[in-house]
Amino acid sequence: MEDTMHLGIALEGAGWHPAAWREPDARPAELFSAGYWTDLVTEAERGLADFVTFEDGLSLQSTLADRPDRRTDQVRGRLDAVLVAARVAPLTRHIGLIPTVVATHTEPFHNSKAIATLDYVSTGRAGVRVRISARPDEAAHFGRRDGRPQAVDLLDEAADYVEVTRRLWDSWEDDAEIRHLPTGRFIDRDKLHYIDFQGRWFSVKGPSITPRPPQGQPLVAALGHGDLAYWLIGRAADLAFVTPRDPDEADAAVAGIRAAQAAVGRADDTLLVLADLVVFLDDEPGKAAARLARLNEVAGLDYASDAAIFAGPPTQLADLMTGWAASTGLSGFRLRPAAIPHDLAAITRGLVPELQRRGVRPPGYQASTLRGHFGLARPANRYAA
Amino acid sequence: MSTHGKQVHLAAHFPGVNNTTVWSDPRAGSHIDFASFAHLARTAERAKFDFLFLAEGLRLREQNGQIYDLDVVGRPDTFTVLAALAAVTSRLGLAGTINSTFNEPYEVARQFATLDHLSGGRAAWNVVTSWDAFTGENFRRGGFLPQDQRYERARTFLSAAWQLFDSWDGQDIVADQRSGVFLADQDPGEFSRSDRHFQIAGRFNVPRSPQGRPVIFQAGDSEEGREFAASSADAIFSRHSTLRDGQAFYADVKGRLARYGRTRDQLLILPAATFVLADTDEQAAELAREVRLQQVSGATAIAFAEQLWNRDLSGYDPDGPLPDVDPDPGEHTVARGRASVRMYTDPVGTARTWRARAEVGKLSLRELIIEVTGRQSFVGSPATIATAINELVQADASDGFILVPHLTPGGLDEFADRVVPLLQERGVFRTEYAGTTLREHLGLAAADRPLTSARSAG
Repeated sequence: MEDTMHLGIALEGAGWHPAAWREPDARPAELFSAGYWTDLVTEAERGLADFVTFEDGLSLQSTLADRPDRRTDQVRGRLDAVLVAARVAPLTRHIGLIPTVVATHTEPFHNSKAIATLDYVSTGRAGVRVRISARPDEAAHFGRRDGRPQAVDLLDEAADYVEVTRRLWDSWEDDAEIRHLPTGRFIDRDKLHYIDFQGRWFSVKGPSITPRPPQGQPLVAALGHGDLAYWLIGRAADLAFVTPRDPDEADAAVAGIRAAQAAVGRADDTLLVLADLVVFLDDEPGKAAARLARLNEVAGLDYASDAAIFAGPPTQLADLMTGWAASTGLSGFRLRPAAIPHDLAAITRGLVPELQRRGVRPPGYQASTLRGHFGLARPANRYAA
Repeated sequence: MSTHGKQVHLAAHFPGVNNTTVWSDPRAGSHIDFASFAHLARTAERAKFDFLFLAEGLRLREQNGQIYDLDVVGRPDTFTVLAALAAVTSRLGLAGTINSTFNEPYEVARQFATLDHLSGGRAAWNVVTSWDAFTGENFRRGGFLPQDQRYERARTFLSAAWQLFDSWDGQDIVADQRSGVFLADQDPGEFSRSDRHFQIAGRFNVPRSPQGRPVIFQAGDSEEGREFAASSADAIFSRHSTLRDGQAFYADVKGRLARYGRTRDQLLILPAATFVLADTDEQAAELAREVRLQQVSGATAIAFAEQLWNRDLSGYDPDGPLPDVDPDPGEHTVARGRASVRMYTDPVGTARTWRARAEVGKLSLRELIIEVTGRQSFVGSPATIATAINELVQADASDGFILVPHLTPGGLDEFADRVVPLLQERGVFRTEYAGTTLREHLGLAAADRPLTSARSAG
């Protein structure tokens, strides 16, 4: 389907609005339970989304950039995103699962085998969204870095982190396991490869302890708001999430990413750019905007986001999405439901049928892997002779 | 005979990356596909086992400078598989080995607290330490830790993790939609510590999980390892599965508990054990011989001998006599990434003993290796095995066993169908789970927040 618009759903707590947990249909006491996340992902799969993302971070949520805000009126605390994705994987069949990992404070070796394993337990539906952390409070949780890191360094480190992750995924050739009885060999060790990565931030020998995952290379995603992050995306990502306010900004973001891609010699690699939108959806005209206003009042703030905020009927959102997709280089959208379950169900049961009517979303899943949803073939192994 | 004595604890060990695991059998399935893990977990849960256990190694083993290729190679990420298994089981404990050297407390505590939430209180952590630069080559810090500090790092790491687990009190989340109070406390998760290994402070971001803390396992056998277990673990994964060795180990470790203000029922001793089951004892003995031949191929026999001899023995015939040269007493260079080589404290003496044994029994190298390595713990009919397990437990050689099947994934099926019912008939093994958490299965008290106890100091 050439004109397919890609669609992902960004799951976060009770929704992206800070007062979402106060809505009568919210389940704030269940945010740390498996059943809650299973229900959300099942609903997203019912809406035939290509993927869901799971937010994560290594500090308590905060409205302040550098320290806890000590607020008691918003959702605080979160589960490890990779494990939440793994927990729902056996209970879903088609939807891609993209947890967030923080490259800054974690080990690329652990990350590579964790995402490879997520790909095994989901039979080919894993991705990973890589982010950095410049928060000093987060660094203090690990006690291993001093001073105020420069974003450019953290992004450079994250690019190396992705490079190591990817090399480790390829460090076993697909046919390395031979079970050769005459010689008693389980593997052909010539098909396992040391990655011998030596960089400015770390060195990793390899090979992975985990064989090459079902997709070969699970998809790597990153969110970017400007040229610095586009540089990481250009170097390392298959999927980019960007936050334009209008089609012109969308084109500018795509152009920035393409330039970054070209600069590192990846111009020919497939890199899909999706726009993030926070969505408040109600059929009745004016109702979504009224709900946003009511939530703002409950929260005692005017909700602001890095992404554009849409409040209106699903048909109008479908207009916006098809309009942007037709006039820009965007490949689709990652929608952030403002309040869960309401806006999640409005996406899956209102917006998606509307997009199907317009012929930009398929009537059912066409593939059973995350790469497959994006029309991406299983890549050759970089180490295979 | 019905003896209502101690209750037996049983667990399943997913077949590992050593020669116990028979990959050459036509029934041997994948060691990496999730279906294999799900199969063993469902079998263990059907049999009302306490838990499933996953081992871990963070670098592929090498011998003579090459990746060791004779055993199963490759395994998935421990946490990720356990989280997925939580979706296909509802009572079975989920235990994983996680290294305290090449991880940081904040991340590991998050992962275990998350696993405990996502499994409804079934998480367990086998705390292991490593120090070798060989494994370190896969990690940011390399081989940073001196060998003599590895247990200190492990103890300190565990203490830090406990502090993080305990940093939310279980009452912090109010989530009252009407009043708008989500948190009872402005500073949930607050922690701070400064010691030789960790200078960390801030807010832990996972609320207290159903078990409070995961169940803690320890597996090392050294003096330091035993002391670590006595001070800090809920269960010990030992290798002493015979009556005399088991009783000696059991008495030794349980005897250490009082020093830490702990009682004998606060630490379970669970040796790893293998089994070969058939209709009759005779058939089982015959089957056991066949399994040993599968486990020790000619190539594997040479490889095992190299681990003792510390030399390249590839020129020797496994069906011929033992090597006539003595082991190289120098630094061990042949096998890397394998803890067992450190067991040979006197390689020359061991080789002499092996030669004598081979001469007396007229054994080839392969036959000798079959004799001296990894004999099956339980061989017999269902009744024989049930009796042996129960007697060892009642005789205080252990509190139960972690069973290691030699076939993946179906190696536990027959045990579940034929041995477990006999233990149940004798009243020494549960017929239904009484609780929902692993702590309940193991008869351990809930982990309250004993901030005054030595266990959370530091």
